[in-house]
Amino acid sequence: MERRNVERRPDDYTARRAHLVELDDEQLQERFWELADRLVRPLVELAENHTSPSIERSVLLRMGFSGDEAGRLVEAIADRGLLGKGAGNVVLRAAGSMDLEVRPAAEELLEGRGWDAVEASFDGGGADSC
Amino acid sequence: MLKSDGKLDIDAVLANLESYRPRRRGWSWRKPAADATVGSFTYRQISEPQEQGVPLPAATRSFGGIDPQPECVITTEIASGRFEDDLRRMRMAAWHGADHLMVIRTAGQSHFDGLIEGTPEGVGGIPITRKQLRATRKALDFIEDEVGRPLNFHSYVSGVAGPEIGVLFAEEGVNGAHQDPQYNVLYRNVNMVRSFVDAAVAKSLMSWAEMLQIDGAHNANATAREAWKVMPELLVQHAINTRYSELIGMPKDLIGLSTVPPTAPPAPAIFMDLPYAVALRELFPDCKMRAQMNTRYIESDTREATVTHVLNLLVSRLTSVDVQSTITPDEGRNVPWHHFNVAAVDTAKQSLLGMDGILDMVQLKDEGVLVERKREIIERAVLFLEEILEVGGYFESVARGYFVDSGYYPERNGDGIARDPEGGVAAGTVIPRDADYLAPVCHHFGYNALPDGDDGKPCDSIGGCTLCDPGKIVYVDELDPEDNVHSRLEEKADLRASERTRPEVEWFGDGWLTLNMMLPAPEEIAYYAALQMVEKMGLEEAEVIHTGVMHPTEGTYVEIKARAPYDVDASTLEIPEKEEVLSEDEIREEIDERPMTVVAATVGEDEHSVGMREIIDIKHGGLEKFGVHCVYLGTSVPVDKAIDAAVETDASAILISTIITHSDVHRKNMERLDQLAREKGIRDRLVLVAGGTQVTDDLAKSAGLDAGFGRGTTGHDVASALVRFRRDRS
Repeated sequence: MERRNVERRPDDYTARRAHLVELDDEQLQERFWELADRLVRPLVELAENHTSPSIERSVLLRMGFSGDEAGRLVEAIADRGLLGKGAGNVVLRAAGSMDLEVRPAAEELLEGRGWDAVEASFDGGGADSC
Repeated sequence: MLKSDGKLDIDAVLANLESYRPRRRGWSWRKPAADATVGSFTYRQISEPQEQGVPLPAATRSFGGIDPQPECVITTEIASGRFEDDLRRMRMAAWHGADHLMVIRTAGQSHFDGLIEGTPEGVGGIPITRKQLRATRKALDFIEDEVGRPLNFHSYVSGVAGPEIGVLFAEEGVNGAHQDPQYNVLYRNVNMVRSFVDAAVAKSLMSWAEMLQIDGAHNANATAREAWKVMPELLVQHAINTRYSELIGMPKDLIGLSTVPPTAPPAPAIFMDLPYAVALRELFPDCKMRAQMNTRYIESDTREATVTHVLNLLVSRLTSVDVQSTITPDEGRNVPWHHFNVAAVDTAKQSLLGMDGILDMVQLKDEGVLVERKREIIERAVLFLEEILEVGGYFESVARGYFVDSGYYPERNGDGIARDPEGGVAAGTVIPRDADYLAPVCHHFGYNALPDGDDGKPCDSIGGCTLCDPGKIVYVDELDPEDNVHSRLEEKADLRASERTRPEVEWFGDGWLTLNMMLPAPEEIAYYAALQMVEKMGLEEAEVIHTGVMHPTEGTYVEIKARAPYDVDASTLEIPEKEEVLSEDEIREEIDERPMTVVAATVGEDEHSVGMREIIDIKHGGLEKFGVHCVYLGTSVPVDKAIDAAVETDASAILISTIITHSDVHRKNMERLDQLAREKGIRDRLVLVAGGTQVTDDLAKSAGLDAGFGRGTTGHDVASALVRFRRDRS
């Protein structure tokens, strides 16, 4: 997409403000916050329902992995199209299917082992997740 | 381990970091002073005192060494590229009254997709890593024990690794951070979808860690061509980050607004800045105000920068401030130097104390131009919000270049920063969460298909996350065997271990020093003449860092930085031993037993009497307080009159004061006093003493006198010296 710089516009404040003139200061402030709220709500919804590599790495950090391990795991998980499940979820499923603790399970994944079982666990709808 | 009486022991700081845990999490405010009386004064806006520190210069001599601390937190920003040297600067700044130590990140970290480890050297800041955070927090633990109040450690949760940095900061006890997705979008060209989605998780983590968040709106001031015209946009930017943070769950009292008075002199700055400051505080009454000085118009002149700082501090005092930022007066010429950080902290402390309680006497008008302008700025901001919604929301408005346009909205100059919602760094990396998305950790944000009916913690399925069980945190030491703090320390190990000392502005023993000179020449000639002069001094890498025209032909003031290719061995210095001052009681007893008369006069054609009065007057704790009989002859006294008076009163000493020093008048007067006393044959029974701001003991002795007293002398010092001289002679 091209940069779409706005065109120059002279200051038409006086004309534009006509509908604000009647508002007292308190009403003007209310309007300010009502508009700000309307503006950010879609952004909050977007954040609620989406994730990113950094977010998933932050989950793995909180699970006790190093930054480097988190980076390699997220890359491998994204490569297999599983990032939408949550990186922590993938590791947890691997641990379940291999009957290992979380850390050794993740090490197996990094060695390229155990992925089929993880993928299969999601095909079944994930009802058996711990 | 770490000791208060020595230099900061960097080796001790770096030891055992793998097992270091922060003492606390969360932001600390200053505690309002229980007793607002300090020395002779009662304050209205001060906090509990420090246990140790360095008072303002005037305090030491004239105000009994008091060091009252304003009620607001004071920030200093440090960014030398080597954190081990920043720690020493943090200690200096904390002793002067800074309790918010902000660390600037190295150039490029915001585009680094992941965490950096170890302690590589940075450019214009430092790489923020776990090891660096631990070392810094550990050093700050030590420094806060020295000064006796909590120190807040602060850096940046921005860029494409925001959520990870958020985890890192939460785990390592960082107390405050900049977090504003708009900053990434506008100034770092990070993809806007990624930036906002990431910010939600980062903010959620910051909320748990009770970090104070500071937004990024001030950057619009620093970027726009005509900074004062972005005022409506600033309100919009503050509102977007504030409302977004609130909806994520951040409490309002952890949301700080980074506010900068939009202009600086020669503009009528207060007249333009004050309505904006009032509008902001009216719209965001529950948020915290972090006031920073204007840097948009900063030049290499440290004096000019300081005046702008003080005027901005006036705005803080006329409205309100929770965190007072300080910009170093050298920011217009280089990455800040040690002593300029301290200077800026002192400027804030001095100005805030000087304007203490101003609103108890002065009131902002609630009618007229102030409220009219305030109303207009808010209306313009409302119109801005309306247009953003009309065109389809935030992303579309950024795509159209609505932000950082230099027009006074709704005016548009078409020079805003436009970004593509599908472009920028890390574009296309955000994906939807599936219905079975799960993150088995605490303080995550957003949809999370945790097991139904489980009211335990989200991290129960993994037996605890690092926020609940810090034992699980993985500590990584160094990844680069060359580029790390240990090899940097090794390079200067000899200098560190020795008693040699070398000038320094940024890094240990870096050798940089500055020279100031006024050359009676036009700017261009002065510039090159100054460089040649510094070369002749044997200094290296000379560079002009500031010129100021005094007059196009009559003169130019030049500041130069250069490197000293040598150092000084402190063990070879001949430092004159300080004579121990006798106790007040001992002096008084001796004068009681053997009364003493002295003749005092300000000699030459000099009408200054303040210095001499302080030395002799009883009310200043001068000689009279100890029972010394003082015969004060007044000002502009010829030297021979002083001799005559000494003979008449059988005085044992003559004290002359001389301040005006042109044509060496002070030296000539001293020599004449000695000479006349000899001619009269009374030199042996008289103690001859001179004082004045330009007088030193060495100078007085070389002129034939017994002692000289310069700046900072008290009556007690002089009384002690007179008693000692009399003892020596009898």
